Amino acid sequence: MNRRDALTRVALIMGGTLIGGDYFLSSCSSPSEEKEKKATTAAKKEKPFLSQDQVAYLNEVGETILPTTKTPGAKAADVGSFMAVMVKDCYKPEDQQIFLQGLTKLEQASQQKNGKGFLASTPEQRTALLTALDAEQKQYSKTKTLEAPNHYFRMLKELTLLGYFTSEVGSTKALRYLPVPGKYDGCVPYKKGDRAWATT
Amino acid sequence: MEKNTYDAIVIGSGISGGLAAKELTEKGLKTILLERGRNVEHIKDYVNANKAPWELPHRGGKTQQMMADHPVLKRDYTLNESNLEFWVDERESPYVEVKPFDWFRGYQVGGRSLMWGRQSYRWSDYDFEANAKDGVAVDWPIRYKDLAPWYSYVEKFAGISGNRDGLPQLPDGDFMPPMEMNCVEKDVAARIKKNFKNRHMVIGRTANITVAHNNRTNCQYRNKCWLGCPFGAYYSTQAASLPAAVATGNLTLRPFSIVTKILYDKDTKRAKGVEVLDAETNQTYEYFAKIVFLNASTLNSAWVLMNSATDVWPEGLGSSSGELGHNLMDHHFRAGAHGEMPGYEDKYVYGRRANGIYVPRFRNLFGDKRDYIRGFGYQGGAGREGWSREIAEMSIGGELKDALSEPGNWTMGLGAFGETLPYHDNRAFLDKTKKDKWGLTVLALDASIRDNEQKMRIDMMQDAQEMLEKAGLKNVKTYNNGYAMGGGIHEMGTARMGRDPKTSVLNAHNQVWDAPNVYVTDGACMTSSACQNPSLTYMALTARAVDHAVSELKKQNV
Repeated sequence: MNRRDALTRVALIMGGTLIGGDYFLSSCSSPSEEKEKKATTAAKKEKPFLSQDQVAYLNEVGETILPTTKTPGAKAADVGSFMAVMVKDCYKPEDQQIFLQGLTKLEQASQQKNGKGFLASTPEQRTALLTALDAEQKQYSKTKTLEAPNHYFRMLKELTLLGYFTSEVGSTKALRYLPVPGKYDGCVPYKKGDRAWATT
Repeated sequence: MEKNTYDAIVIGSGISGGLAAKELTEKGLKTILLERGRNVEHIKDYVNANKAPWELPHRGGKTQQMMADHPVLKRDYTLNESNLEFWVDERESPYVEVKPFDWFRGYQVGGRSLMWGRQSYRWSDYDFEANAKDGVAVDWPIRYKDLAPWYSYVEKFAGISGNRDGLPQLPDGDFMPPMEMNCVEKDVAARIKKNFKNRHMVIGRTANITVAHNNRTNCQYRNKCWLGCPFGAYYSTQAASLPAAVATGNLTLRPFSIVTKILYDKDTKRAKGVEVLDAETNQTYEYFAKIVFLNASTLNSAWVLMNSATDVWPEGLGSSSGELGHNLMDHHFRAGAHGEMPGYEDKYVYGRRANGIYVPRFRNLFGDKRDYIRGFGYQGGAGREGWSREIAEMSIGGELKDALSEPGNWTMGLGAFGETLPYHDNRAFLDKTKKDKWGLTVLALDASIRDNEQKMRIDMMQDAQEMLEKAGLKNVKTYNNGYAMGGGIHEMGTARMGRDPKTSVLNAHNQVWDAPNVYVTDGACMTSSACQNPSLTYMALTARAVDHAVSELKKQNV
C-alpha cells in the first residue's frame, strides 16, 4: 500500500464517498469560501450540537443498524456521541440540517409505519423500519446527482459503521486490533469466521 | 560577525538539506542548518504516532474548520487530523495560482521527509539520456555512471529495502532484504510476466528498514509512517541524517530561520553568506560561510535565488540563463485501474506493510513506440476489503455487522505516476503584489500538463486494465480522477542542471554557474522528471555535490 491509496481507502464507505469527509476528488468540487466561513461560525457556537436525549436516541438507532450479536453492538461503542461530534465538526451546514431534520423524519416514519415513536417500538419494529429506510436511501443514492442533497438515513448508517468499526469496542471485539504487528506475512491461512484486522 | 561565521550553510532541513548537513559535518565542516519552521524532535514530537484510531475524535477525518484553514491541503488525502501539525499554515504563507497548482508544503525541521511516501528508485540512462535523444529542453550534464556510486552510498546510509530485479530501466541498488508480496500480488506478478514481454511487477523499494540499522529499529509493520515513526524505521532527517550530523559536534541547527537571500559578493563572484529573518522575532541576521547548500525544496529554492543578488541580476542569482523559475515539473497521477480477484478466500495477511508493488516503466522502451514520449510506472497493491465495503444484498442488522467483521474479497489497484516534460513556460515567478505574514513577496505558479501527458494518461488507464485482466482480475474499472500540477508532491525543476551556463542554472556538480560556492541539490536542480519517485536521486546528487564542494574547498576553488 502506498501513501495515497492508504487514506483514500478509508474515505470510501458503503460503495460511495464518505459524507462530509470531502476526502476524494475534492480538488474538483471545492466548497466555496462563503460556505467555509459559515461552517466556521457554526462550529464556534457554545451550545452542544445535540442534547443528551438525542445522543441516547442515536445510540438506539445505531444499535438497530449494528446490534449486539456474539460481539457488542453500536450502543456499546457510544456511536451516538461520535455522530454528534462528526456532524458538528465535519458536516457542511446544509448536511447538518439534513441530519437534524432526518431525526424528525425518522420519528414520523416510525409513527406512520408502527403507530408509535422509535424508542417505544419493539426491536422487531425498529429493524423493520430501518430496513425500509435503508432501501429508500439506497434507491435515492443510486439515482441522485453529485450536487443533490444526501439522504439522512445514509448519514445515520454511514456514521454508525464508521463510528462502530473505528471505536475501541468495534476494533477490538468485532475486529482484531494489532497496534504493533512487528512483522509482515503476505500469505496466512484464513478460515470463515475469523475476524478482519481493524486497520489496514 | 565572527560569531555568525561557519564553514558551510545549509538552507532547509528536509530530505536533501538534512543529508547535506550530515555529509558536511562528517567531513569536518562547521555547519549551520537553517530551517524556516519549528523544531520537531524525533519521537517526542510525533504526537499521534502511538494513538489508537479511536483516540482521534474524527478518526483521522477532515473537519470543516481544517478545510477552511487549509484550502490547498484539503484537495487530497494530505489534509488529515492525524498529522495536521506537519503541514504548512497556509494563511501565513500564501502563494498565487495562475493555473491550479497543489503545493503541499512541510515547514518544520525534517520538512516533508517526515511525511514522504518513501518509495526509492534509481534512475537509469534511459532517463539521463532522454532529453538529448528526444531533443527536449537540455541534456543532463551527468549520466548514470556518475551517480551510481552515490546511489549506493545513500542507499547504504538510508536503508532501502528492495529486491534485485535485474531490470535495466530500474537499476538495482544496495538493498536491505525486500518486503514480501502477498499471495495475490505474487500470482498477479507471475501472470504479468507470462503475458507481457517487458512488463514486470516487483515489490516496492522503500526507505523502510527491514533490519535494524544505525540505532534504528526495523519496520514494525504498523503502516503509520506519516505520523512520524517512534522506531525510526523509515528514513527521515530526524531518524537518520540529523543524529549523524549532531554526533560530529559540528552542527548548529537553527529553526525559525527564513532565509530571505543569499548574500553575493560582486568582487569575488561568490556567495558570502545568507540573510535570515527570524520567523518568531522578525529580527534580521546575517550568517557567513565559504559554501552554501540551498535545499529549501524546489519552489522555495527558486524563491531564494530570485531574491538574491538582484543588484547584479534583476531576476536573481542564477537568472543569467533566463531559465531560473522555468521548466517546473511534477509527476502526473490519479489514473489507473482496479478490480477484484476471485478466490483466495482462505488466504489473508498478517501485519500492515508500509509499502506496495511497483511496475517500472515499459512504454517507449525496448522498441515500443507510442504517440507520446517517455512513460510511467505503477504503484499499487492487493488486499482484502474491510468493513467499509458495500454488501449490496444486505441492509442493516446483526447479519450485516457479522459479515463486515470478516474480510471481504481481494481487490487490487494500479495507479500510475507519469513523467512530465520540462516545458519552459511552466514556471514560478515572484508576485510582488502579494506578501506573506512576514511581508515577503510570494511565488506565483503558472504550470500545466500538455498534450504529451494527456495522451500518456490514456495508456496509464488502459495498460493497467489490460494487465489486471490478463492477470485474472474481474470487474476491472479504469479511472482518471483528474490532476493539477503539484499534486504528485514531486515538484522538480526551476533551477536545472546543464552543460551550458547560457541554458541552465546549475552545472554538472549542482553549482550555480554564477556563484560556484552555491550548490542547489533539491528537486530544483532536475533537468527532466523521469517517472520514478525522485527523493533518492536528490540524496545521491546531494552526497555527490558535498564531496565535490569539500574537495574544491581544499583546492581553494570555491
